[in-house]
Amino acid sequence: MGIIKAKNLIYNYIRRDEEEKVEEISEAVKDVSLDIEEGEFVAVLGHNGSGKSTLAKHMNALLLPSEGTIWIGGMDTKNDESLLEVRRLAGMVFQNPDNQIIASVVEEDVGFGPENMGVPTDEIWRRVDECLKAVGMTAYRQSSPDRLSGGQKQRVAIAGVMAMEPRCIVLDEPTAMLDPNGRREVIRTVRELNKKKGITVILITHYMEEVIHADRIYVMDEGEIAMEGTPEEIFSRVDELKALRLDVPQVTELAYGLRNKGVPLSPCILDIEGLVRELIEIRRQRTAP
Amino acid sequence: MITLEQVEYKYNEGTPMETEALHEVSLEIRDGEFIGLIGHTGSGKSTLIQHLNGLVRATGGDILYNGESIYREGFSMKKLRNKVGLVFQYPEHQLFEIDVFTDVCFGPKNQGLSREETEARAKKALSLVGIGESYYKKSPFELSGGEKRRVAIAGVLAMEPEVLILDEPTAGLDPKGRDEILGQLARLHKERRMTVILVSHSMEDVAKYVDRIMVMNHGRLVFDDTPRAVFAHYKELEEMGLAAPQVTYIAHALKEAGFPMNTDVITVEEAEEAILCTLAMGEG
Repeated sequence: MGIIKAKNLIYNYIRRDEEEKVEEISEAVKDVSLDIEEGEFVAVLGHNGSGKSTLAKHMNALLLPSEGTIWIGGMDTKNDESLLEVRRLAGMVFQNPDNQIIASVVEEDVGFGPENMGVPTDEIWRRVDECLKAVGMTAYRQSSPDRLSGGQKQRVAIAGVMAMEPRCIVLDEPTAMLDPNGRREVIRTVRELNKKKGITVILITHYMEEVIHADRIYVMDEGEIAMEGTPEEIFSRVDELKALRLDVPQVTELAYGLRNKGVPLSPCILDIEGLVRELIEIRRQRTAP
Repeated sequence: MITLEQVEYKYNEGTPMETEALHEVSLEIRDGEFIGLIGHTGSGKSTLIQHLNGLVRATGGDILYNGESIYREGFSMKKLRNKVGLVFQYPEHQLFEIDVFTDVCFGPKNQGLSREETEARAKKALSLVGIGESYYKKSPFELSGGEKRRVAIAGVLAMEPEVLILDEPTAGLDPKGRDEILGQLARLHKERRMTVILVSHSMEDVAKYVDRIMVMNHGRLVFDDTPRAVFAHYKELEEMGLAAPQVTYIAHALKEAGFPMNTDVITVEEAEEAILCTLAMGEG
């Protein structure tokens, strides 16, 4: 069993009227099964309302399944006794950095999590040092968070989660409110945590460029997993993605368009280097005497 | 037309905490333009747009609306705010009425319009953003993110502004929702000659839709030109924490690798055409 495993997970939002009678049931997650190995970098794509955030909230027991089961590190989240352990194991980062930072000094904000867990003071400071370094924010440790840019705040939020030493981080659209620079900073930070520290990453996003380095991608639609595969497999299905209200990176779209016009490129090109290499080769063959 | 003359804005002026958010910004927004305003977080672009409808008062310089200073004594700020509509970031957080239709009616009602006129405006605005009658009686909380966003934009459109300013109207929307909103703005601009100013972090979107780009950096207006001319400065944009659309990088990478092509492409279609052109030359 992987670090996160779901079996036939269903989640219903239930709306009740004033007398608590059920008025409407909407199925946000329908019958999702997945298995994520420790150390993987998994991306979850899907349009607004596809159920990806609802699914993410199951990964640290913010929501409990209506039906089916999800295990985090082998623990069933429905088991009350393991609740704290589940949340310690899987940390969560949300979209809006301003909603996640509570202290008035960066280092105190990062130390808040471990302090609440009863970690000894020396150990808290050790973790604060290490985590701020890992996200590249050591220079700002004495700053007030409201003087930071969106990308910097989001990195502080990530450091705050890291300080609780989770084995897995779930990021729910962490870059949606950031500028291009902030987006790059956050994604670079997350990739490094995954590579260097072996932390399992589940990244939920609308930005296709951010997921091309993922080990695996899940695409959600109408509460179900509509597609699953490596970035190459997923992004070669341009028309299907567009039908699911999604997109592909510009380089992939360009390659796809050229291929449809008869240029013999590979079926899925994800980065600029790949496209350049192939086009140069095609031109060399055509101009060869 | 809105003219900014040497506009300056300082936070906490005259205190040790004084910070300059805008430095001598001069520009002209002509009727019927579709403008993209870009800059990294903290570059002053939000401060700038808040000057355009008088929410923030410049600490130096002047702003003219159709040739008349908005800081002149007796100038009606209320009228200015009716003419220059501002849609904030995440405008759906400001939906508060019991249903969609009532929410959109709020603006025109406050403008002092009659009930008939208010409702007619609300209907028109909702149809402009593609929200049909079946939604009128729904609670805003029942809508999807993209729908809520469109209702919030309709709330500003119902006030029939001459200039519409939107601060990152597509943040947090999925790609299709993003295309829908931008497509509708482009249509409003084209069909009703509305002046639209789009604040955006997405260079791909800006490249695809606007006629002119203004770039803010450290409170200064550093570029003000066509998208093609602005994105030619992609290296400088990067130093400012911005970027050009990905296709621009593709074109430069191809050229550097010895694939002769135009590097001033800014959309996927243009890049495709330029590449096909080079390949065809090879065959000939």
